[in-house]
Amino acid sequence: MAHADENLLHTPLYDLHLSLGARMVPFAGYAMPVQYPAGLMAEHHHTRTAASLFDVSHMGQLRLVGASAAAAFETLMPVDVQDLAVGKQRYGLLLNEAGGILDDLMLVNRGDDLFIIVNGACKANDIAHIQARIGSRCQVIPMPERALLALQGPQAVTALQRLCPGVEKLVFMSGGRFHIHHSAQDIDCFITRSGYTGEDGFEISVHEMQAEALARLLLAQPEVKPAGLGARNSLRLEAGLCLYGNDIDTGTTPIEAGLNWAIQKVRRTGGDRAGGFPGAAQVLAQLDNPANLARKRVGLVGLERVPVREHVELQDASGRRVGEVCSGLLSPTLDQPVAMAYVASQCAAVGTRLNAIVRGKPVPMEVTAMPFVPTRYYRG
Amino acid sequence: MIKYTEDHEWVKVEGNSAVVGITVHAQDALGDVVFVDLPEVGKTLAQKDVAGVVESVKAAADVYMPVSGEIIEVNEALRADPSLANSDPLGAGWFFKVKLSDAAQLDALLDETAYTTLTKNA
Repeated sequence: MAHADENLLHTPLYDLHLSLGARMVPFAGYAMPVQYPAGLMAEHHHTRTAASLFDVSHMGQLRLVGASAAAAFETLMPVDVQDLAVGKQRYGLLLNEAGGILDDLMLVNRGDDLFIIVNGACKANDIAHIQARIGSRCQVIPMPERALLALQGPQAVTALQRLCPGVEKLVFMSGGRFHIHHSAQDIDCFITRSGYTGEDGFEISVHEMQAEALARLLLAQPEVKPAGLGARNSLRLEAGLCLYGNDIDTGTTPIEAGLNWAIQKVRRTGGDRAGGFPGAAQVLAQLDNPANLARKRVGLVGLERVPVREHVELQDASGRRVGEVCSGLLSPTLDQPVAMAYVASQCAAVGTRLNAIVRGKPVPMEVTAMPFVPTRYYRG
Repeated sequence: MIKYTEDHEWVKVEGNSAVVGITVHAQDALGDVVFVDLPEVGKTLAQKDVAGVVESVKAAADVYMPVSGEIIEVNEALRADPSLANSDPLGAGWFFKVKLSDAAQLDALLDETAYTTLTKNA
């Protein structure tokens, strides 16, 4: 078994994870908790029924400052940044010159800056890319001193508002600054109502010096238990959310990935600020002519109770290879195999039957709409 | 007599046949088991052949033949409730029974002390 390695970085909650009995694994260069003694299934179900605390401090946080920050950041993404209202959060995609995805991210317009959260494994490259491309137009300020905690689940709001009155007024994909007062502590946080589980919940950016105190406060709430990266993965897959490196990467475009919704009208052909991002020609051509798209990301459900994992080949009824699974597992909520896959466009219609070739044997699956489990975001 | 393999199977010898399962250490490392694939009864497999698969939500692992022989019974209760591999790995969570074709192979397997040392050093 792999144990936490000396070469791995630690988040500010490392000691807390060990004291909670977590099994640590290497992830994005960090020693991270993959599960606690309750186990992945229990942590998954607890998140869907109550509230779970995830340490996601390996993720990169940075801010862009300056009057031109939004206009500059738009040149890197097919996303409307300039019209994002103060306090609102949006999903974004950094693209390369071929329209491939360098990373996916969340950004918030905080009024005095753009606050950005990127994937842990991509953060060094992202910061270098952003600095190189737009560093002359705005300040690019990495925030390695910030930890990130995710509190997710239908009871997350009950637990957090007890500590942080007013947070319940946030709606999905919005955020604000909050102070949590507790005994002698005064913890400054930036909180968004968002997450990676499909549930209502929050992501809390906090200074590393206050991260453990905040985590302990949250874990002291009766609704809250810790959950690891294992449950985070099964939860996000049920919610139909992409994992960078599995489901999207530099070899996939936003259109192949079915992330068209992330490209606002103003950046599309005919929009006021159409194009003007890396790979715009390729991405907009795919968006404008969906018939030319060779492959698409789809959801699949298994018709037999056999898990279907990443890299499994997909065949049509005649035995022809038509695609490959990029993420897959037995859904703890549905007790049924679910997967995401890239398949030839003619096989992408909902209801299409395909065979996943597991250990040489065909396992029938059906293309289905995502999310696999209904999302429960709080939209007010 | 119970013997162990470096691949974390246990073998309990009963006359000229043996029961095979995965160890406490193996099920703990895998986490919640959600699926098992068991060999066909009547099939003859050689030592170290893949006999089955055990999967948790996060990982899949092959189950190897600890010894050569014919599969004479598989645990249908485990197929129906794979969590038995977690709750009772050495008992109700057994995988299959094999008719030994070369009992001498047992001598080279690990005893409990050697297996415990292996898992502690892993």
